[in-house]
Amino acid sequence: MSVDKETVAKIANLARIEVSEEELESTVGELNNILDWVEQLSEVNTDGVAAMTSVVAADLPWREDKVTDGGYREKVLKNAPQAEHGFFAVPKVIE
Amino acid sequence: MSELTKMTLSAARDALHKGEISAVEITKAHLAAIEDAKELNSYIMVTDDQALEMAAKADDMIKGGNAKGMTGIPIGIKDLYCTKGVHSQTASHILDGFKPEYESTVTANLWADGAVMLGKTNMDEFAMGSSNENSYYGPVKNPWRAVGSDKDTVPGGSSGGSAAAVAADISIATTGTDTGGSIRQPASFTGLVGLKPTYGRCSRWGMIAFASSLDQAGPLTKTVRDAAIMIESMAGFDPKDSTSINIPVPNYEAALSGDIRGLKVGVPKEYRVDGMPAEIEKLWQQGINWLKDAGADVVDISLPHTKYALPTYYIVAPAECSSNLARYDGVKYGLRVNGNSLDDMYKKTRAEGFGDEVRRRILIGTYVLSAGYYDAYYLKAQKVRTLIAGDFKAAYEKCDVILTPTAPSAAFNLGEKVSDPISMYLNDVFTVPASLAGLPGISVPAGLSAEGLPLGLQLIGQAFGEEQLLRVAEVLESAASFKEKPAKWWGEKA
Repeated sequence: MSVDKETVAKIANLARIEVSEEELESTVGELNNILDWVEQLSEVNTDGVAAMTSVVAADLPWREDKVTDGGYREKVLKNAPQAEHGFFAVPKVIE
Repeated sequence: MSELTKMTLSAARDALHKGEISAVEITKAHLAAIEDAKELNSYIMVTDDQALEMAAKADDMIKGGNAKGMTGIPIGIKDLYCTKGVHSQTASHILDGFKPEYESTVTANLWADGAVMLGKTNMDEFAMGSSNENSYYGPVKNPWRAVGSDKDTVPGGSSGGSAAAVAADISIATTGTDTGGSIRQPASFTGLVGLKPTYGRCSRWGMIAFASSLDQAGPLTKTVRDAAIMIESMAGFDPKDSTSINIPVPNYEAALSGDIRGLKVGVPKEYRVDGMPAEIEKLWQQGINWLKDAGADVVDISLPHTKYALPTYYIVAPAECSSNLARYDGVKYGLRVNGNSLDDMYKKTRAEGFGDEVRRRILIGTYVLSAGYYDAYYLKAQKVRTLIAGDFKAAYEKCDVILTPTAPSAAFNLGEKVSDPISMYLNDVFTVPASLAGLPGISVPAGLSAEGLPLGLQLIGQAFGEEQLLRVAEVLESAASFKEKPAKWWGEKA
C-alpha cells in the first residue's frame, strides 16, 4: 500500500497539521519510503496470534471511585497561551 | 578541570558520606565545568541557583545523618521530565515557555533522596531520533572524536545531551528515557553505562509521553555500580501511573556480587545482521569469552522474529505518538500561532511547533490508525509484537540473560544520516526488540573502534530481573576494563 498526495492531505487534516502544496510532494515520498519498509510485516504469519495489549502481565489497580485530587484551576491555566475568566480562551468559533 | 568532576557516583557518595567533600563543592565544580563545555550544547538550561540551594540542603541531610545513595550528587535531567517551575519542553518548539506546575515522580524520588539538579539536558525532540540532531535547540556534540579527526560526531539519541554531559564530566550521572534504545545507544556512542529497566519499574508520571507502551526512565552513568545506586532511587510503584508495578525495589548495589558462575548467557544468532562491521562482531565474541572466563555457560539461542522488530516499532511507536501528541493544540500550553479559525489555529500551531521527524511520525501514526488501515498496519504490528515477546519467553527457558552488541556502529559524524530516516532508524536494530517485549537492557562500554570511538555491548534481562542484569553487567565491565576518556577539545585547554 502506498499513499498519494490526496491521502497525505487527508491525513494531515486529520492530524491538524498544515502542510503546504510544496511540502505535500516531498511528504508523499518520505511516507511511502517508510510504508514500503514496514510492508515486510505482511510476510509474517499471525494467524491465531493475539495482538499485544500489555508487555507486563499485570491487572490494572482498582481504587474507590472518589475524588482524590484536583481544584487546581489556576495551575492548570498557568501555561495557557490565552486564559480569560478562569477558562482557556480560543479563537471565536460561532458567528 | 577539578578532580571533583572526574569522580564516579559511588566514589562521590562515599566521599560525601565521610565528609571529605561537600555537596556544594562538588556542585560548584560541575557548574564551572558546564560553563566551560557550552559548545557541546548538552544542556538546554542550567539551573545554577537551584543547584546550589539543593546542594546546601543535601549537606544538611548528610550532617543530620540522613544521607542516602544520591544525596549531594549533581545530575542533569533530560528535558523530557517535568520539573516544577523549570524549562520542560522535550526539546520542542511546541512547548515554548512551558514550566510545569508539578514534578515528575522519578525526579521527585531523586530530590527526596537529596540529589542535586544541575539543569535540563538536550535531546531529540519528543525523544524521536538516534543522533540528537532533531532538537529545536540544535544538535549535541559528542565529546568523542575519531583519532586525528576534528569532525564532530553525534552522541546518539534521543538522550544525547544526557550522554554527552556524563562523558564530558559535566554531570556525575544523568536521567535518560528509552523508548526504542534512547538510553542504551547513546551510552554505547559515548562510552557510558546506560540502563533501561523493565517497563513498569519506574513511574512515567510527569514524563512527557512519546509512545506510552514503550517509554521508560533510566540512568546514564560512568559505571554499573553508579547505575545500580541511581536506579534504586528512581524506581518504584506510583499510584499516579497505573502501569507502574507494585513490587518492592531491591537494593540493587547489593546484587553486585561479581559471581556469575553457572549462569547461562544466551547468544542470539539473528543478531548477526548483514553488514555488521567486523570489529563489532569481534567485540561481541570477546564479550562472550569474558563471560565464559568468569564461569558463565554460553548457549546459542534463536529469536526468530528479530528482523521484524524495527518495522513493528515504526508502526506502534508512531501510532502512539500521533495519539499522545494530539494534546498540543495551542490551547492548554506552549506555542500558539493564530489563524483565521479554531481549526486553522490548530493546524498552523502544529505545523510550526513540530520538527520534521515528529511531524513525519505523527502523519505515519495517523495513517496506520485511520479507518481502513488499522487492521493491516497497527493490529498486524501488535500481533507481531506478541511473537517478538514470545521469542524472548522461549529463549529464557534456555538462558538467564542475553548478550548482544548495543548498536551496529560507533558514533557517526554529525549530519551524516540526517537526510535518510530509515538508515537512522537502523541504529536501534539491537535495542528495539527488548523494548517491544518490555524487558530491561543495559549497555556497557566494552572497547574502542579502529577509529578510537567507544563501542558498547548490551545485556538483556528478564522482566524485573535487574539485579541479575546488573550483576552480569558489572562482571562484563570489569573484564572489559574500559578506562578511556575523550581527549578534551572543547572549552579552555586543560
